[in-house]
Amino acid sequence: MLKVDRISKSYRPKGWLNKAHRKQVLHAISFEWDRGECLGIIGESGSGKSTLGRLLLGIEKPDHGIIAWDGQPITDRNVRQGNISAVFQDYTSSINPFYTVRQAIMEPLKLAGGSPPSFMESYAGKLLQQVGMDESYLDKYPHKLSGGEAQRVCIARALSTGPACIVLDEAISSLDGSVQMQVLELLRNLSDSLGVGYIFITHDIAAAAYLCNRMMIIQDGRIVEMVETKQLKDVQSPYAKELLRKVMA
Amino acid sequence: MLLKRIWNDRLAALSLTIVGAMLLIGICAPLIAPHPPNEVNMELRYAGASWQYWLGNDHLGRCVLSRLIYGIRPSVLWVLAALIASVFVGTAVGIAAGYWRGRVDAVLMRLCDIMLSFPGYVMTLAVVGMLGPGLTNILIAFVCLKWAWFARVIRTVILPIAEADYVKFAKVLGASQLWIIVRHVLPIALPEVAVIASSAFGSMILQISGLSFLGLGIQAPHAEWGMMMNEARTVMFTRPELMLAPGIVIMVVVSSVNFLSDSLQKALDPKLMVIRSTNGMKHRYQRKEAALQQ
Ligand SMILES: Nc1ncnc2c1ncn2[C@@H]1O[C@H](COP(=O)(O)OP(=O)(O)OP(=O)(O)O)[C@@H](O)[C@H]1O
Ligand SMILES: [Mg+2]
Repeated sequence: MLKVDRISKSYRPKGWLNKAHRKQVLHAISFEWDRGECLGIIGESGSGKSTLGRLLLGIEKPDHGIIAWDGQPITDRNVRQGNISAVFQDYTSSINPFYTVRQAIMEPLKLAGGSPPSFMESYAGKLLQQVGMDESYLDKYPHKLSGGEAQRVCIARALSTGPACIVLDEAISSLDGSVQMQVLELLRNLSDSLGVGYIFITHDIAAAAYLCNRMMIIQDGRIVEMVETKQLKDVQSPYAKELLRKVMA
Repeated sequence: MLLKRIWNDRLAALSLTIVGAMLLIGICAPLIAPHPPNEVNMELRYAGASWQYWLGNDHLGRCVLSRLIYGIRPSVLWVLAALIASVFVGTAVGIAAGYWRGRVDAVLMRLCDIMLSFPGYVMTLAVVGMLGPGLTNILIAFVCLKWAWFARVIRTVILPIAEADYVKFAKVLGASQLWIIVRHVLPIALPEVAVIASSAFGSMILQISGLSFLGLGIQAPHAEWGMMMNEARTVMFTRPELMLAPGIVIMVVVSSVNFLSDSLQKALDPKLMVIRSTNGMKHRYQRKEAALQQ
């Protein structure tokens, strides 16, 4: 279980002569994520979603507060290993251009260590099949993949260490409409079959409603509302109502 | 792959052949040169071309062809060594600054600013003034000046790479910084570093020859193209070929290097175009222009 306890984050302004105040991006955010759950984090551009995502992934440290996985700090790489993983937005830069699909998928296993090469080879093929691609893609370079294929490879790569939770930061936002839907479906099926849970960061309420059980709406680095997807129509805060109205229109 | 693409471009293939041949001839100079380059033979002063001395003899009766061949060493080979040294330092600093950002970046870049705030030629002259003229001192001055410029340019190459999503993903996995730099940052930057370095090569060859022409570079009796031109100055109108020979060689080598650098860039682009955004492309061209202005 992931427990986020009153974390805040600020960035120093650009330029070293600039003595302006640090820019507060996140204000005392607290929430919990349970195993197998799919939690949507929704907000407009600049609301601090990606920043929160980086903190959840432990690649940046919060100024205050802690993020703990079963009581252990997420900033410890051993805690992250096999528990949490990630898929990012920009499919053009999500795979090292000099890596084949095989190398990309095997990298997490290599870093984890302990698996023999022959196992990793066959496992890479299996993972690729799980995300609906065949093994002929293993030797391709990323610039030969379409956006949807690249994101599927990224999902396979994220799954390779068998994490309980995958943080998806705008993972479908740069894809075309119909491809978005296919990837969403894939994510849902993977969740059903493998029991993996997601933290789904997006500005797209409709996509989040399709995939998530629960949604957290943030504005300017503060949680505005936490709502079950089933009760989405009954949101209280004006900001959330406004967001919802935009989608309905 | 890359070599093949360069080979398909005729001009580039020719340039590559010329540069390659120059390097080879320079390295094997003692085997190829028909005469010792410093062998004085006063009877043959200003002698014209002959079967024994293909390009004639200079004011001390030395074999011009042999001196041209030995001139490759300081003019091209040593410049290449200085280039490699400064690119090496520049890449290390550029990666450190671009990857770690923050305080490391600020300190290193201020250092580069300081180095770059001195006009290049003035600094070279100052170093020569302090250490005395000579090839080694000029090369030292070159490395001291150029690394900062390379560091700046390479930093801008590293910045977008260090923020790429696959680097973020590797960090999530808990990969060590060494792992990330060696596997995810350096290989992506290397082709661009090659382009940047090669576009500086031509101008460095010109600078060395220019300084030697002024008598600040390599010292007599050693052969160097710029110095050969200087020595032929007094007979510029009566024996113009003595001045033309090193001049043409310099021109051919520098243009070959520049053509090669251009085609290297072109050959690398199609692949990078797919990888990088169009925005990235724009930056590449801006950098190339900056490199040419230098
Ligand atoms: N490394 C950083 N340094 C300085 N400021 C930053 C940094 N990262 C984010 N910010 C600032 O934090 C704010 C929130 O950024 P963030 O990327 O988290 O927003 P977001 O909700 O993900 O937006 P988008 O939907 O556009 O991705 C922005 O105003 C941004 O300028
Ligand atoms: Mg974002």
